[in-house]
Amino acid sequence: MRKALSLVLIAVFFILVLGGTVSCTGSKGSSQEVTYNLGSEPPAIDPGITIGMPEANIELQVFDGLTRIDDKNVPQPAIAESWTISTDLKTYVFTLRDASWTDGTPVTAYDFEYAWKRVLSPELAAEYASQLYYVSGGEAFNKSIKVGSKYYVQAVDAKGEPLTKKEGDKDVRVPDMKKEIDPSKDVGVRALDAKTLQVDLQSPTVYFLNLTAFPTLMPVCKAVVSENDKWAADVKTYVTNGPFKLVEWSHNEKMVFVKNPTYWDKDKVKLTKITYYMVEDSTTALSMFQSGQLDAASTVPVSELLKLVASGDVKIFPSLATYLYMFNVTKKPFNDVRVRKALTLAINRQQITASITQGGQVPALAMVPYGIADALPGSDFRTVGGSYYKDNDVATAKALLAEAGYPNGKGFPAFTLLYNTSNAHKSIAEAIQQMWNKNLGITCTLKSEEWGVFNDDMAHLNYDVVRRGPTGDYMDPNTFLDMWVTGNGRNRTGYSNKSYDALIAKAMVTVDAKARMATLHAAEKIFMTDMPVLPIYYYTNPMLLSKSIKNFYLSALGFVDWKNVSMEELPKGS
Amino acid sequence: MLKFILQRVLSMILVVLIVASATFFMMRLLPSGPFAREKELPPQIIKNLEARYHLDDPIWKQYVDYIKNLLRGDLGPSFKYKNRTVNNIINDGFPVSAVLGAVAVFLAVVIGIPLGIWGALRQNGWQDNLVMFVALLGVSVPNFIMAVLLMFVFALGLHVVPAAGWGSFRQVILPAFTLAGYPIAFIARLVRSSMLEVLRQEYITTARAKGLSEPLVIFRHALRNILIPVVTVLGPLIAAVFTGSFVVEKIFAIPGLGRFFVTSINDRDYTTILGVTIFYSALLVFMNFMVDLTYAWLDPRIRYVERKVS
Repeated sequence: MRKALSLVLIAVFFILVLGGTVSCTGSKGSSQEVTYNLGSEPPAIDPGITIGMPEANIELQVFDGLTRIDDKNVPQPAIAESWTISTDLKTYVFTLRDASWTDGTPVTAYDFEYAWKRVLSPELAAEYASQLYYVSGGEAFNKSIKVGSKYYVQAVDAKGEPLTKKEGDKDVRVPDMKKEIDPSKDVGVRALDAKTLQVDLQSPTVYFLNLTAFPTLMPVCKAVVSENDKWAADVKTYVTNGPFKLVEWSHNEKMVFVKNPTYWDKDKVKLTKITYYMVEDSTTALSMFQSGQLDAASTVPVSELLKLVASGDVKIFPSLATYLYMFNVTKKPFNDVRVRKALTLAINRQQITASITQGGQVPALAMVPYGIADALPGSDFRTVGGSYYKDNDVATAKALLAEAGYPNGKGFPAFTLLYNTSNAHKSIAEAIQQMWNKNLGITCTLKSEEWGVFNDDMAHLNYDVVRRGPTGDYMDPNTFLDMWVTGNGRNRTGYSNKSYDALIAKAMVTVDAKARMATLHAAEKIFMTDMPVLPIYYYTNPMLLSKSIKNFYLSALGFVDWKNVSMEELPKGS
Repeated sequence: MLKFILQRVLSMILVVLIVASATFFMMRLLPSGPFAREKELPPQIIKNLEARYHLDDPIWKQYVDYIKNLLRGDLGPSFKYKNRTVNNIINDGFPVSAVLGAVAVFLAVVIGIPLGIWGALRQNGWQDNLVMFVALLGVSVPNFIMAVLLMFVFALGLHVVPAAGWGSFRQVILPAFTLAGYPIAFIARLVRSSMLEVLRQEYITTARAKGLSEPLVIFRHALRNILIPVVTVLGPLIAAVFTGSFVVEKIFAIPGLGRFFVTSINDRDYTTILGVTIFYSALLVFMNFMVDLTYAWLDPRIRYVERKVS
């Protein structure tokens, strides 16, 4: 009797589970409304202080900067109707069109000047202020000391070191009262009149018009923001000027945007409503997509990737980021370039991207990914630069390791491969550990750390080999190359090469596009000859997309722009 | 009785203050800080941020300032969520977790207790086996598996409820059942064994001998005594369930308080770590107090007042 009951219960259990395999897709009307999974709650939505991608993907919908990037990655006029650039590429004069804020007041050049100086002001402590260091005097202003209502450069002692003194128990920076910085005069952004903005740059910056589309450089309504520092905390005081308007924000749950009736280009905007959800679990997001609660999501569970690509629910977009391992070049045996090269050549990137990551990632045979334009129109920096080594070149790897004094891995010290805790990083690390063992006869231990601890160890050079995934900030090779300059805060490998530094500095001030790209290629060549890092693959961005979304745009930098998107009703049965 | 209450309230405040202080200093032992970023910030910007949030003050001063604000009920600004205070975060998240928790506790009590009684009354019968089987499932199936299974069957398969999210009554059902899974099982087994013990007591035999009907024997005489162990576990259970299960809230995308217990540590958001820890410990301490008071009502033999020795 008892046994029969157990069997019946188990049978019921299985029937319920199998019953759940009947799936259905929600039907979509032709209403121009879309729901998107942002993936996480934004820490803030004030474009002057944010640094992360989810926040940027909110700010891009509600604000419009001087320029806006189109789906060919070319900056187009937005609030700026036209501009003139000086021949030395250092002075821009923007002429603004008629546009208004959501409170009805006009957008003026004074709003831009106010917004940029606000970002640079030391008391705001804006995390991405470095995006405005391109403006002359910007960096000096951001690093100045505020005394009362004035700003001063930090004093230096007799040796030229920055001066601090003890105030109570605190270390306080000492201002040099003879060197004042006046933001109204010493920072290179000025409103000449309500419709004209002049910008003076620190050095020629060919990608400046890409930067003016960036959230950090967007305008804010001076009248509102200067009076209320909590303006971006409440939907009622959040005054914006972009294609959409934020009307509802339930923390950790959702945000709702509607088409902005005061937007200057509102005739191009087809969507009437966008709902952003903050679902952190990628499997839950997939369930919501399959049951019709979500139309699109940036979070896709890796285990389902191949299946979803095959069914057409996931589209793979390029991403400007490189997955790599870094060597601690200050530590033996990684101070020997032959060792670094051997380890780089002895892995099979094709196998890793095909069997482990499975997201269409591209094996990386150099530092800078595909997708960045070179000097000639239509060309690609990576294609022009070519590959600097062969994938899975085990023979050369073995020879190099023997030359370095470790034939077949004999005598090679045991070392640790460090990565931040994640199943994805673990799988890749295990594969590479095995490849090194099989191909070179060397052993390493894998170590995973929580992100905060991991970041700390990386910053203090407390590692042998460490995983990193630098992303690009703008569509120019410099974003992947200037971090390796001696002493750069983002270097973190101990790498230093004066010739490399000189080339990067030279490219910074070169005006001619062809000459500049040639200099950057030369720099990358030096970098790849020295091989302080081990590039593995170039990232991709898989997106869950409902088939009723038309004109969807995701830039290689990760920006989603809903301005030109529309929804189409699908024929029944698709 | 009043003296007892006063003593308990004072010791509750002391416990919370000790928890706050221990957490304050322990979390500073973690390497890294609230301003570590994927794209590392220039050192000057980090200095500006530390100045803005008073993290460059000496540590004893930060501690004293924090306790002073805590006594006024001000838990400070969040270091991660600019423009939000920890009080905001708790005010937004707790009601959501509380609703979910209340429904889960309600289900646990309303399903668990009758199940346990039923199993005990029909000991070793098929009813008892069913109850024990259900209890075994509830205790052994981890809640994240239960969550995904329920979502798969009822949302994706049968389409009777939405898969995830919050806001409508239907969206409470799946997460509440998931959260109630373990408590139902636990309470059912507890009630069953408690009931079996009580039913063997002499006063039950007496009641039956007196000719009382079975329902009267169970509900008037047996129930009160089996409730004591249930009330004991209910106190901490309510505190845990009300402050949100991190896993259930994550899987069902529910904007409750649970996530902050884990994410605030990863973010090194010191004020939020302290805020949610203090909130949870205060709730726990309070629920335990309520449990003790309920004992006195349930069992007249338990008294907190000194009896006069004659």
